[in-house]
Amino acid sequence: MGEFRMPSLGADMESGTLLEWRVKPGDRVKRRDIIAVVDTDKAAIEVEVYEDGVVEELLVKPGEKVPVGTVMAIIRSDADQPREAETKAVGAEQATTEAAPPRAQKKEPPAPPPESPAERVKASPYARRLAAEHGIDLKTLVPSGPHESICAADVKQAVEAAKAAGPEEPPPVAAPPRAEEAPAAAAPAPEEVSGWKDPEAMRRAIAKAMARSKREIPHYYLQTRVDMRRTLGWLESENRRRSIKDRLLPVVPLLKAVAMSLQEVPELNGYWIDDRHQPQEAINIGIAISLRQGGLIAPAILDADLLGVDELMAALRDLITRTRDGRLKSAEMTAATITVTNLGDLGVESVFGVIYPPQVALVGIGKTMEQPWAENGLLGVRPVMTASLSGDHRATDGLQGARFLDTLNRRLQEPSKL
Amino acid sequence: MSPSSPETMRRLTYRDAVREALAEAMRKDERVFLMGEDVGRYGGCFAASKRLLEEFGPERIRDTPLSESGFVGAGIGAALGGMRPIVEIMTVNFSLLAADQIMNTAATYLHMSGGQFNVPLVIRMATGGGRQLAAQHSHCLDGWYAHIPGIRVVSPATHEDARGMLWTALQDPDPVLIFEHSGLYNLEGELAADAGPVDIDRAKLCRPGRDISIISYSASLIKALEAAEILSAEGIEAEVIDLRSLRPLDEATFLSSVSRTHRALIVDEGWRSGSISAEISARIMEGVFFDLDAPVERLCSAEVPMPYAKHMEAAALPQVDNIVELIRIMVKTHG
Amino acid sequence: MNAQRTPKKKTPKAERDHVLHLLKNMIRIRRLEEACAELYSAMKIRGFLHLYDGQEAVAVGVMEALTAEDAVVATYREHGHALIRGISAGSILAEMFGKQEGCSRGRGGSMHLFDAKTRFYGGNAIVGGGLPIAVGLALADQMQQRPRVTGCFFGEGAVAEGEFHESMNLASLWKLPVLFVCENNLYAMGTALKLSESVTDLVRKASSYDVAAASVDGMDVLAVEAAAQKAAAAVRSGKGPHFLECRTYRFRAHSMFDPELYRDKAEVEDWKKRCPIEAFSKTLKTEGLLTDKDRQKIEGEAAKEIKEAVAFAEACTWEPVEDLTRFVTSERRSE
Repeated sequence: MGEFRMPSLGADMESGTLLEWRVKPGDRVKRRDIIAVVDTDKAAIEVEVYEDGVVEELLVKPGEKVPVGTVMAIIRSDADQPREAETKAVGAEQATTEAAPPRAQKKEPPAPPPESPAERVKASPYARRLAAEHGIDLKTLVPSGPHESICAADVKQAVEAAKAAGPEEPPPVAAPPRAEEAPAAAAPAPEEVSGWKDPEAMRRAIAKAMARSKREIPHYYLQTRVDMRRTLGWLESENRRRSIKDRLLPVVPLLKAVAMSLQEVPELNGYWIDDRHQPQEAINIGIAISLRQGGLIAPAILDADLLGVDELMAALRDLITRTRDGRLKSAEMTAATITVTNLGDLGVESVFGVIYPPQVALVGIGKTMEQPWAENGLLGVRPVMTASLSGDHRATDGLQGARFLDTLNRRLQEPSKL
Repeated sequence: MSPSSPETMRRLTYRDAVREALAEAMRKDERVFLMGEDVGRYGGCFAASKRLLEEFGPERIRDTPLSESGFVGAGIGAALGGMRPIVEIMTVNFSLLAADQIMNTAATYLHMSGGQFNVPLVIRMATGGGRQLAAQHSHCLDGWYAHIPGIRVVSPATHEDARGMLWTALQDPDPVLIFEHSGLYNLEGELAADAGPVDIDRAKLCRPGRDISIISYSASLIKALEAAEILSAEGIEAEVIDLRSLRPLDEATFLSSVSRTHRALIVDEGWRSGSISAEISARIMEGVFFDLDAPVERLCSAEVPMPYAKHMEAAALPQVDNIVELIRIMVKTHG
Repeated sequence: MNAQRTPKKKTPKAERDHVLHLLKNMIRIRRLEEACAELYSAMKIRGFLHLYDGQEAVAVGVMEALTAEDAVVATYREHGHALIRGISAGSILAEMFGKQEGCSRGRGGSMHLFDAKTRFYGGNAIVGGGLPIAVGLALADQMQQRPRVTGCFFGEGAVAEGEFHESMNLASLWKLPVLFVCENNLYAMGTALKLSESVTDLVRKASSYDVAAASVDGMDVLAVEAAAQKAAAAVRSGKGPHFLECRTYRFRAHSMFDPELYRDKAEVEDWKKRCPIEAFSKTLKTEGLLTDKDRQKIEGEAAKEIKEAVAFAEACTWEPVEDLTRFVTSERRSE
């Protein structure tokens, strides 16, 4: 006794439609006889039987589509006894079940809240690994890698800085409280340092300082265009002989030139306190640094005029790192005698800044960009940077301001002397 | 290791190194013979087999008709029959006429036969551009063949490898494809007097460096080394790796390098899309992602059939300047 | 049937034994193929399955002319050739089942039967692809001065491939010992010869390469055997390649999934009247060389052989999936 099943006529055949039976119950069949015609996806194919016997029962009607393996007919071989038609199309049910197994309901995990673009720090995998190893918050770092990403060098620098600061370094929150009216407290005073993470408090402090500045300080503004070709050329050659981590940023020669110019025009370096102009001997250049969480702060590079370019570079990196890390020394917060604001990196052409009281001047650095430049009757293209000065007219006049900008320009034309 | 004192070194061209390797193999093993278009009387399209006919005769330096599929298949059959054939195909472009035999037979026989029939066949062919031979004689498809399991793909870039890879390939029980860059044949270089067989498995660190790993092979390797020299003068130390074998890929060597330098540039004369450079980039991502300090970069050939005009062809191929410029950007420390 | 008959005078007993041996071999093939069809329908065999019913006289007749030292290169319709060459039905069926005791460890399947012991070089499923391999095997024999023949089977469809022409030319040019056996069953899959060839006389094609060529009735096993003996003797004696066209017909569809839209049922029925088994049986009976009892005995033995082979294949084992990447490259290489 045998079962004639829907044959598999190709690897990709899953089911077939019976078109016709070539036999009827009671017919005698021989092995290799064609007993049915089956329609597949391709065409009608004649199907042969693989045993000798008598067709006992046809289980599938023409027109029915059944899965491969379904019993379509019962063939009684000559040795078999006649039997009851107990076999229904069992195979069909089985095959159907197999063809469509109940699909487990897959639960989608709840979608995580979308990460805001502002929170996403662009950092290299290696930088992330190093930062994790040293417990450094990537958000506190200044990116210097390709595509504005934080690279390993940034993290290493932060690690170095943290080591240099040492464990005795008091955390910002432990910094001694300061009076708001203390010199150079345009930036939030240390007791507010802990409030760095609080943008609103930061904003209020800035508002207070800037409003006071505009209320009390009669500003005058000057600007000049500086040909940066020589400085940039010098920078390139300097950097060529430095290893990657020791390279100078373009802002370094500018800071150095500012510091040297202030030696020549000392009136701009100092305070206006108690209705009195108080020029300072130490040249502590405040650097306006914007914070990721918003707001800005202008800690100082102390004695900037005494530092060589490499020391200045190191000091700048260190300062930026610690500022964004919230680990500034109190002196740095209060000691600035002048402020430099560099908005050139943001694409700004020229800056007319608001002086941080009680300072008496602010230097603005614009973007260096290629511009037509006439010199000796010849027109050429030069990288040009617009430098500006905001002066406190109570302390100085346009004369000092002009001398300062002129000196700055000269310094930048003789970069080798920086 | 071969000694490198000056008196034991000699100057020769890459072509000479290939020819020496051929002659040595024929002398050492009677089963070895060379077969291909114009290998005999003409001396080889690139003169690699010049004068070998005189020494070994037409049975073993066997000129074939222009029927790549036929004679590559015959090479497979001869290898199955106990010979050690070296089949030369004039250029990689012509090898496509034999792609059926390489891919469907040479690469599959061992597997289809359940390990019974290995094919100890060596196929040499010229590859690459730079000689104004235009769009049917200039492509670098080494990496394309490296896609196929069942064959070995080696790309000798140096004189040492041109001299030493052939014999090792002949000892291999499976098919080995040797890609000789046509731009290298005239290149003169130093070779130890007693230079001999070299391995065909491992990549080689050609120049150590700390700032970036340049991963390359074949003629591009020469360019990478030149670029590394220029960059060194600027304070950038590039590590240069010669892949040597494109299948199997010695990923341990380049992954270890990238994990040290944290940056990787792949210089590949093949087209970028679906290239061996893509494979290497992916392996770097898989293997040393957390050591990367910058995205992996690739310099490949422009996605055009090779143009004839010299300046256009030059623009289509990776050049030393491109390598230098790209690396300057990759290793810059400020944003 | 054909003028050519058993070439050598044999004793009556020897002749009777020989013709019954030929008949039995054809019946063994037929029963094997029937089992394959049934096992395919039952999903024991998968992939492509090409059956040989109708063409048995070709494999059986030609194999008589080959010695154990000779090599055989076949196509994807090669079950019959494999069986008659000496590969057991059990290991053939196990192969089709995908079992590791199969003649290709289950890596090849129906289209890629291989066997080193009997020098059976596949199982080549790229039409025309086996011809250059045969040329190479013959080249190896010639270079090593071995008086062997490589028997190369292919269908008339291969004649349209470049590899046919390249191989004819190479074999003739180098006077290589290949016996090319073209099984002309009139259809390349579903395309009739007259619809695909401008010249349908295949002997002319081979002759144009100066290859000795002949045509024979492929439904007559004695004619095939005689022609093959003659050609193989010439090849073996160094007279260069021979081409033998065997005019035959495939009774079944091209593969299992073929509704046979391209040929008339009447044509198939006409050819079936010339069934190599039944026509031969009838002749033998007429000549008193075959009795009903003989036939029953042969059928019984063949059925037993196939039944045991199926049982063997069923009992065979699956290769562990951990072995998946074996046999891609040789394991005997030290590295």
